[in-house]
Amino acid sequence: MREPHCNVPGCDLGSDQMVGDYVTINIGPSHPAMHGTLRVVAKTDGETVIEAEPEIGYLHRGVEKLGENLTYNQFIPITDRLNYCSSIVNNVAYEKAVEKLMGVEIPEKAQLVRVILMELSRIADHQVCIGILGVDIGAFTPFFYQIIQREEIYEIFEWYNGARLTVTAGRIGGQDADLPDMFEEKWRMLKDGIRKANDETDKLLTHNRIWMDRTIGISAFSAEDALNFGFTGPCLRACGVPRDLRKDDPYYMYDQFDFDIPVGKNGDVFDRYMVRMKEMEESIKIIDQAYALYREMPEDAPLKAKVPKIIKPPAGEVYAALESPNGELGFYLKSDGSDKPYRIKVRPPCFMIYQAFPELIKGEMIADTIACLSSLNIIAGELDR
Amino acid sequence: MEDLGITVIKVVFIWTWVLLIATLMTWVERRGSAMMQDRLGPNRAGPFGLLQPVADGIKLFTKEDIVPEKAQKILFSLGPVLFALPAFSAYAVVPFGDKLVLDGKEIILQVADVNIGFLYIVALGGLAVYGMVVGGWGSNNKYSILGGLRSTAQLISYEVPFGIVLLAVVMVFGTFSLREISLAQQGTFLGFLPNWGVFKQPLGFILFMTAAYAEANRVPFDLPEAESEIVAGYHTEYGSMRLGLYLFGEYVNLYTLAALTVTLFFGAWHLPYLDMSHFLGPISYGIASFLVFFLKTAFFLWLFVWIRWTVPRFRYDQVMGLGWKALIPLSLVNLFVTALIIQLTV
Amino acid sequence: MSLQDRIRHCLQNDVLDLFQCQGDLFVQVPRDRIVQCLEKLRDEPGLEFDFLVDVVGVDNSALHEKEIKAREKALAKEKEKAEESGETGVENEPVVLEVPPRFDVIYLLLSLKSNERLAVKVKVPEEDPEVDTVTTIWRAADWPEREIFDFLGIRFRGHHNLKRLMMWEGFGSYPLRKDYPLQGKGEERHLDYDE
Repeated sequence: MREPHCNVPGCDLGSDQMVGDYVTINIGPSHPAMHGTLRVVAKTDGETVIEAEPEIGYLHRGVEKLGENLTYNQFIPITDRLNYCSSIVNNVAYEKAVEKLMGVEIPEKAQLVRVILMELSRIADHQVCIGILGVDIGAFTPFFYQIIQREEIYEIFEWYNGARLTVTAGRIGGQDADLPDMFEEKWRMLKDGIRKANDETDKLLTHNRIWMDRTIGISAFSAEDALNFGFTGPCLRACGVPRDLRKDDPYYMYDQFDFDIPVGKNGDVFDRYMVRMKEMEESIKIIDQAYALYREMPEDAPLKAKVPKIIKPPAGEVYAALESPNGELGFYLKSDGSDKPYRIKVRPPCFMIYQAFPELIKGEMIADTIACLSSLNIIAGELDR
Repeated sequence: MEDLGITVIKVVFIWTWVLLIATLMTWVERRGSAMMQDRLGPNRAGPFGLLQPVADGIKLFTKEDIVPEKAQKILFSLGPVLFALPAFSAYAVVPFGDKLVLDGKEIILQVADVNIGFLYIVALGGLAVYGMVVGGWGSNNKYSILGGLRSTAQLISYEVPFGIVLLAVVMVFGTFSLREISLAQQGTFLGFLPNWGVFKQPLGFILFMTAAYAEANRVPFDLPEAESEIVAGYHTEYGSMRLGLYLFGEYVNLYTLAALTVTLFFGAWHLPYLDMSHFLGPISYGIASFLVFFLKTAFFLWLFVWIRWTVPRFRYDQVMGLGWKALIPLSLVNLFVTALIIQLTV
Repeated sequence: MSLQDRIRHCLQNDVLDLFQCQGDLFVQVPRDRIVQCLEKLRDEPGLEFDFLVDVVGVDNSALHEKEIKAREKALAKEKEKAEESGETGVENEPVVLEVPPRFDVIYLLLSLKSNERLAVKVKVPEEDPEVDTVTTIWRAADWPEREIFDFLGIRFRGHHNLKRLMMWEGFGSYPLRKDYPLQGKGEERHLDYDE
């Protein structure tokens, strides 16, 4: 039997007793607002959280151990299960690492396909995050506006690969398939749909007095703290640090696209929400530009670099990262020259962000912890691996 | 005094009617929210899914009744009853139409025209909180206790502005009887406006609606059962028909509050600029007054649904702040200004 | 100055090894100097590796085993060759193959100014699996270090809350070690609901 444990002084998880003047509340792992299976043990004074300790591992599936026993291509479907809201980004991040290890440069057309698919999943991820943030603060309706558009995005994924959620897009050395034929038409409609949904969400939430009261100044974080804690992605940008790997360390053809990095100021829930909202618009711009480039490519341009049938990278170790919807998603890979990776280490953005959670919610109210958690967009799949 | 038979018929009628509407409200809520959210909502049981509430009722009745092992059994059982009872009784003093003349007998469309109808409503509204507190405490669950605590604080806080606004209304109409208030709203006010409470008490109306939403635990004041924070609040541990009573009591409360709004502020069964009794026969007038009253009530019921699916939820301290820092001072100002105007004009 | 030179200049004698792999720069430093080295790398103007991306733990035992086997084979072959050619007189002393430390702990650093990346590596022996914590420099190292402790059994000296992260308390084994079977050892979490 596992001993109940908690770092909070005076807190005894095992008993239902109230210690001192404080009440220990166990939020999760089975709780409507704990996305996936997160768990937070909070010591509360009335409704105010005095101290909290997150506990993770309820969704641990041993992805890294599994990877050591699968061949390089077999591991791609496993990466789908990391951040299941934007599985393509995980696929590409892993493929990018292996390609780096092998020293393979993928053809331009494959790069463009990857960019388009990744930006689509970035939009999908942000849509889920914003929708859920609304639900957790009590605004149910924007969730549906966002989710309906996400379904349309998933339709493109379905055309691409037959799968909607766990897409397994791409192979090592390039893409296995071209963009679907009807992409252009679909994208034209989808673009308007996404913009309309964002517009409606914006009208319902952004300047809503209750929404502003609930989000502005909640779990604000300074830029130094955020950097110290290893924040990346929208959560860091909300603190006012314009850091984005797509700009700072361009991979694929991101240096050819014209887009902005939206930044916030206070790093609170509202800023995170606004950054995500604006990023969707930037992603739309990127897809437009990428598709324009893609259309100029000859029909029979190669989608895959020349790679051997059995992937056997030379012995060595690399770290490759890209900007996932949540921040820097990196893969550390070590190869011993065989057909299976010697060591795979995923660097999930959530992992770094979530460890600051006790700091973020200290002194806030129970309702704010939920709002904060949703705005961080913690995905248990990539957190626990 | 009317004879007993008619009173019993009225009680049975309004009881059935309120239950029917409350049942229908669950359907309206689900279909209405679906409409706003680009979904379909329940559409399988019966035409347009109208039989969905029946199916839900059967489901709730036939589900296993689970009492948590460590719950305090008596309190746990008492909770839903304490919640539903005041909800079902409150409608007794609210009118549902003007009067029906049958065989020369005048039947007033109201169960009991007591001269202290106001106090009755406020008192029963105050009692409803016991249902939540007792249920929340008896469940032996921290989320339930939190929900119960939230509901206590919230209801007590909003009972005060609620009562003060009602006092201002009483001052305007000079009576505690809801029927007399309804009758007083005929004709025009200042020559061009309908003689409705909302035009005499505009601030009072807004305050009343805000407090009513808080009393009814509806978004944006649904903290006692905020599903994303404290699971389901005071009814986390409840299932089967016990949960049904809570949910049902809430819809009945909504109906009462909507009817009260119509009675106090929207001219009860009166149409603006039009006196139905002039050109309608006695029976058809009774039915028409009932329908007009109901349609107005239905609008406010819809408003409950509309607002629920539009705005986010307040935080606990914000609700308290709004109640004590905004509503109570404003309602006092409203009371004072009303008193001043009455003093100066009469 | 290239990045290598700058690092050599900054860390001086602490550089045990410096190599590049597909453009990624790895520098190995002594285990007991890791905190000082990272601080130097963070503060040195021109380097400023001020962002800790991740901490990675690697169990190299399988790799070493393979290497040793290969070397033993090569040695045996050599010996055979020598015997065949009749040079029996020169009796080689039995070669003792030195096993390098079992674990690697790799700190992935990033400079926010120049966007250069650097991996700092320390070797950790199995007998004494302990490294100084770097949570004093970056709080970001908190959970990664706990994770390495959880999966590989490397302890971090001075860590304020070193306990298992993913696996439950009392799990017993270290699942990312190479000798841990993929199917697990049959550890189960016994939750006795009847109690």
